Amino acid sequence: MLPALIFRNAFRHKLRSLLTLLGLTVAILAFGLLSTVVEAWYAGAEGASSARLVVRNSISLVFPLPLTYRQKIRQIDGVRAITTANWFGGIYKEPKNFFPQFAVEASTYLDLYPEFVLSEAEHKDFLHDRQGAVIGEKLAATYGIKLGDTMTLKGTIFPGQWAFVVRGIYRGRDAKTDVSQMFFHWDYLNETMKVRAPRRANTVGVYVVEVADPTRVAEISRVIDGEFGNSYAETLTETEKAFQLGFVSMTEAIVVAIRLVSYLVIFIILAVMANTMAMTVRERTAEYATLKALGFGPPFVMLLIYGESLAIAALGGGIGIALTFPVATAFAKAMGTLFPVFVVSAKTVWLQACCALAVGLISALFPARSAARVNIVDGLRSIG
Amino acid sequence: MPVPLAYSLRNLWTRKLTTALTAGGMALVVFVFAAVLMLDEGLKKTLVDTGEPDNVVVTRRASGTEVQSGVERAAAAIVESLPQVALGEGGARQVSKELVVLISLNKRESDKPANVIIRGVAPMGLTLRPQVKIVAGRMFRPGSNEIVAGRSIAERFAHTGLGESVRFGGREWVVVGIFDAAKSGFDSEIWGDVDQLMPAFRRPVYSSLIFRLNDVSGFAAVQNSIESDQRLTLEAKRERQFYADQSEALSTFIRILGMSLSVIFSIGAVIGAMITMYAAVANRTGEIGTLRALGFRRASILAAFLLESLFLALLGGLLGLFIASFMQLLTISTMNWQSFAELAFRFTLTAAIVAKSLGFALLMGLVGGFFPALRAARLNIVDALRAV
Repeated sequence: MLPALIFRNAFRHKLRSLLTLLGLTVAILAFGLLSTVVEAWYAGAEGASSARLVVRNSISLVFPLPLTYRQKIRQIDGVRAITTANWFGGIYKEPKNFFPQFAVEASTYLDLYPEFVLSEAEHKDFLHDRQGAVIGEKLAATYGIKLGDTMTLKGTIFPGQWAFVVRGIYRGRDAKTDVSQMFFHWDYLNETMKVRAPRRANTVGVYVVEVADPTRVAEISRVIDGEFGNSYAETLTETEKAFQLGFVSMTEAIVVAIRLVSYLVIFIILAVMANTMAMTVRERTAEYATLKALGFGPPFVMLLIYGESLAIAALGGGIGIALTFPVATAFAKAMGTLFPVFVVSAKTVWLQACCALAVGLISALFPARSAARVNIVDGLRSIG
Repeated sequence: MPVPLAYSLRNLWTRKLTTALTAGGMALVVFVFAAVLMLDEGLKKTLVDTGEPDNVVVTRRASGTEVQSGVERAAAAIVESLPQVALGEGGARQVSKELVVLISLNKRESDKPANVIIRGVAPMGLTLRPQVKIVAGRMFRPGSNEIVAGRSIAERFAHTGLGESVRFGGREWVVVGIFDAAKSGFDSEIWGDVDQLMPAFRRPVYSSLIFRLNDVSGFAAVQNSIESDQRLTLEAKRERQFYADQSEALSTFIRILGMSLSVIFSIGAVIGAMITMYAAVANRTGEIGTLRALGFRRASILAAFLLESLFLALLGGLLGLFIASFMQLLTISTMNWQSFAELAFRFTLTAAIVAKSLGFALLMGLVGGFFPALRAARLNIVDALRAV
């Protein structure tokens, strides 16, 4: 009898229940999206390998490293492979079309990044064409680029117009892989810079080093930095994960704000839901008094109210969670390459469910208590 | 005849819990709405106020920021000799050839690294920025390894306080002064002698050139002569415009994110107001019938219930703004994507933001209250009077 009563009660005021349900759905959906945005922020660091080290200039990233360091680092014990990358910072058509571009040592770069999956034929094509480039499948989809197309970038760090021919489109090994990057030949960049600005030729942005034994990364980092200590270009070596987290921590204030706001939306809906329950209970005071007069105890009345609150919360939460997936997909599409990885995680879904449950329980807290305390005689007189 | 105002107000007072919960929900929405606008305003104020109206910034074409730019010495000399450059005391040209690079420093509290702008300035650089004032210690001596730090840098970064020393570019640099730049972007910079910093960073070229115009209206002429000169690959921008452009991406991001959040949240708050007002109407059916029987017209009933909803919204709006006003005490610091450097700015409340937030709150009240008020106005007198 109890479940039937709860269900009937929950939908007695159709309009009110519907409005509350709608509010809850929107709130749980917004919460899920915001959590996913925060996770997308950390995606670069999540996908980073712990066996790769990034060697950069100790002053800051805007200072390059000399080409001569390659050989010295390669000879250090425990280093299995090495490659180079220069941040290019070009603009594709419009400044808002942001995606990372790297000038890399073409012959070795993809060997160090097995998560970028490229077919054998395309890899070969890329190696043979010095003006060739490899782009991620998301990038290709966003801007409608096909193999063999020419992409022209306007350089902000390296002046001039740069034309590249797309020779390969890579896929990600798993969902966490960033598939919105672009790589091209460092040789192409260097030869052009030799002509345009000879002073800036033969320099490397960062060296990426693969170590044979991931447990030795701290030791190898120290050896590398020691090798170049007191030289004119001192190095700072850290794991790729720490390197990526460094970027995230610089924009931490924004992440904190988004996280805060995502909990605020839960508070807003809590106020709405608590209001609904308070009004419901006030209107039905006479009914609860009747139930008590018939011999039902306070626990039964409380159960009735908690049950109703939880039923609405569960329904609203369920719809909200179900909607999160299609909305997140649409959002990721609209955002283009700004968020390379945008996946709703299991943790987000759990948090959404917990929030809905908490809203249901807290909303019923005060109304249930006051209903349980209703005096039969006063309650029967009440006209709501 | 309108229903007395007191009727609407007293009805809110009678149901304190419901009023508080509904207004509380609205207050949170208005808080988010106002906070976003305040943040955007603070960011704009910080970056736009960084520029002087008669100053011009010259950088390499398409570089966008000073950090990515490079100006060869020969090119700098050509710009320096332009006739539109103002002359200062003793006929000295009001030009500062500067070096701007990023260095990685650790924060005091978290020990996490962040990029900080270090600017090498010529002696004229101070004259060109009248808002920059030394508030502790003294200015650096040209030709020495002394530097001065902006106020928000000294507060937040390790080894940058007065008397401390910091190592970069293979040398130790002593902080001999702290400067205040009237909350502009310079507060997030470190300044030193350009002729000392260039060799330390092994940079043979300047990053940018800042000069004052002898006549504010002469900008178009100077821009034309710089950008049409075949020997130069430079571009000139008014200083104000230059810094406003730097805040564009971050500002757009904050606005879009904030506005979409406000819209989503306001759905929740509007629903809250609707539920409250529908309940208010349902509970007072008999009362409404009485009012109608007394001779109050449908329009008056509609107005009374709408007013009640608007009062509710106003209450929420004021509460939200009250909480938001405390945000002015906070300073937020984040990386500006365009310059890749750390930038500190404040939440700034203006009269326009107060008006917009209250308008937003009233709009929520209007939307939420309209249908319930309409239902109240449409009630049939006889049926309403019969209702218990």
